[in-house]
Amino acid sequence: MELNPFVIFIAAIFTSNILLTNFLGMCSFLSVSKEIESSLGLGFAVVFVMTFTSAINYAVYHYILVPLDIVYLQYIIFIIVIAAFVQLTEMVIERFSPVLYYSLGIFLPLITVNCAILGISLFMVIREYNFVQSVAFGAGGGLGWLLAILALAGIRAKVNYKFVPTGLQGAGLSLIITGLMALGFIGFSGIVVIQ
Amino acid sequence: MIITIANTVIIVSGISGFLAFLLVLAEKFFANYGECKIDINGKKELVIEGGSSLLASLNENKIFLASACGGRGSCGFCKCTVKSGGGPLLPTEKPFLNSQEINKGVRLACQIKVKEDLQIEIPEEIFNIRKFKAEVSQIRNFTYDIKELTLKLIEPNEIDFKAGQYVQLEAPPYEKSKHSVTRAYSIASSPLHKDYIQLIIRRVPDGICTTYIFDYLQQGDNINFTGPFGDFIIRDTQSDMLFVAGGSGKAPIKSMLEYLQNQGSKRRMIYMFGARTKDDLYLTEEFRELEEKLADFTYVPVLSKPKEGTDWQGKTGYIPPYFPEYIKDPQNTEAYLCGSPGMIAAVKKGLLENGVSEDKIYYDSF
Repeated sequence: MELNPFVIFIAAIFTSNILLTNFLGMCSFLSVSKEIESSLGLGFAVVFVMTFTSAINYAVYHYILVPLDIVYLQYIIFIIVIAAFVQLTEMVIERFSPVLYYSLGIFLPLITVNCAILGISLFMVIREYNFVQSVAFGAGGGLGWLLAILALAGIRAKVNYKFVPTGLQGAGLSLIITGLMALGFIGFSGIVVIQ
Repeated sequence: MIITIANTVIIVSGISGFLAFLLVLAEKFFANYGECKIDINGKKELVIEGGSSLLASLNENKIFLASACGGRGSCGFCKCTVKSGGGPLLPTEKPFLNSQEINKGVRLACQIKVKEDLQIEIPEEIFNIRKFKAEVSQIRNFTYDIKELTLKLIEPNEIDFKAGQYVQLEAPPYEKSKHSVTRAYSIASSPLHKDYIQLIIRRVPDGICTTYIFDYLQQGDNINFTGPFGDFIIRDTQSDMLFVAGGSGKAPIKSMLEYLQNQGSKRRMIYMFGARTKDDLYLTEEFRELEEKLADFTYVPVLSKPKEGTDWQGKTGYIPPYFPEYIKDPQNTEAYLCGSPGMIAAVKKGLLENGVSEDKIYYDSF
């Protein structure tokens, strides 16, 4: 079925949120969501990297891997492309926007191993998207990830002022909240579903 | 089979190689800042390879801005005024600067990456700052937790400093610490002796540097330090001087008093030395002698907790309650404080209550 790229974009943000339905990119999601400000920084970095790597990986897959018949190498190739792209982005940001560079800090290199980014590239292949659909999926996936981490950071900022039993403090309660958020996002599935 | 393996290896290497090539190009293009000129106070111009921090670039050229954290942006000592270049103020610098400094263009040198020509201003004294190699020629115990080190200069063999300034001593890596650490200590000897300095050091429980000095450093060892730093110096006026310092805070005061004595100063001076018990007092004889040598100097040790049954005849309790007794003309009194931030705050409050004006209270807090 040929899906409208805009539908994919919306679906990637809400109904098929890569974090809340596929639970990808959890490690940075849990550790960085302590503060809203850094969540926002990391979130935007993810949006940026996801959008561009989905485009680049689309090209690499369809113009290199498929013609050469080495599709089974996609994991390693995708990872190398993502790593190189993150490195390149870091250099460009450092040169042109030192303020952004310092506010992103260690998060930018961490994106290299954010599984949500690789996930987007792999889903794009499995679901046989065309180029525009892939980019829409990448941008939507990134925004969805940003939305999820921002929501959790907001909730955790509130939780800081509440009593939490010792056993639930930190990641424990965060995971429960994430689960509840995932349930909440299922409510969106009336709009559109892509799987 | 072999061909397939060779093929995949070639393809993966090809793609990786291409990306590596791209990154090398990017590195050349984006991360290469070429030669940058640093203009210092309009007097000196350095030409350096861009890309590293301003602090490191200055250090390489033997201009030593103070830095206790070694360029991690956590001490806020390496301030300098940047007139042009240097990019926008970074979030990592803001906590260390007040609005006045921000307006003047004060920045932290360790956070600025040299990417273009810079025009900076640093205090003239900084040109005096050098790295010194010295030999520990004497170690004296003053109390159970305070020692005096005498460091004979080897290279360079003379130091120019003002009484009240401090140096940063470098403890090399040893059993308790994998890295070398630097800590600031005030110079206790008079600036008239240029071939050696003395430091008064109080043991900090589990302190990396003081543990090294107390348990590892031996007479005859070599040790490095940089300096002199600091603006805790004697103001050249004729006002009365009130010194308040306890523990190793005595060091800069000793240097100042010895210097003033040599200059034949006629100023009225009081030194109130705060300590807990009699065991914490040291150099009392020397300061009593200074009372004789100086025209108008009084040394007042004050014990906060003299032990029961000891024959302590002097003042007891805290220092501020004694201010009315010793401050004759508050409008015409300069106060020089040296101690912990808590002690400084308490003493400053007492001085303000007694009418000493805030801009005449100078302090070195550690």
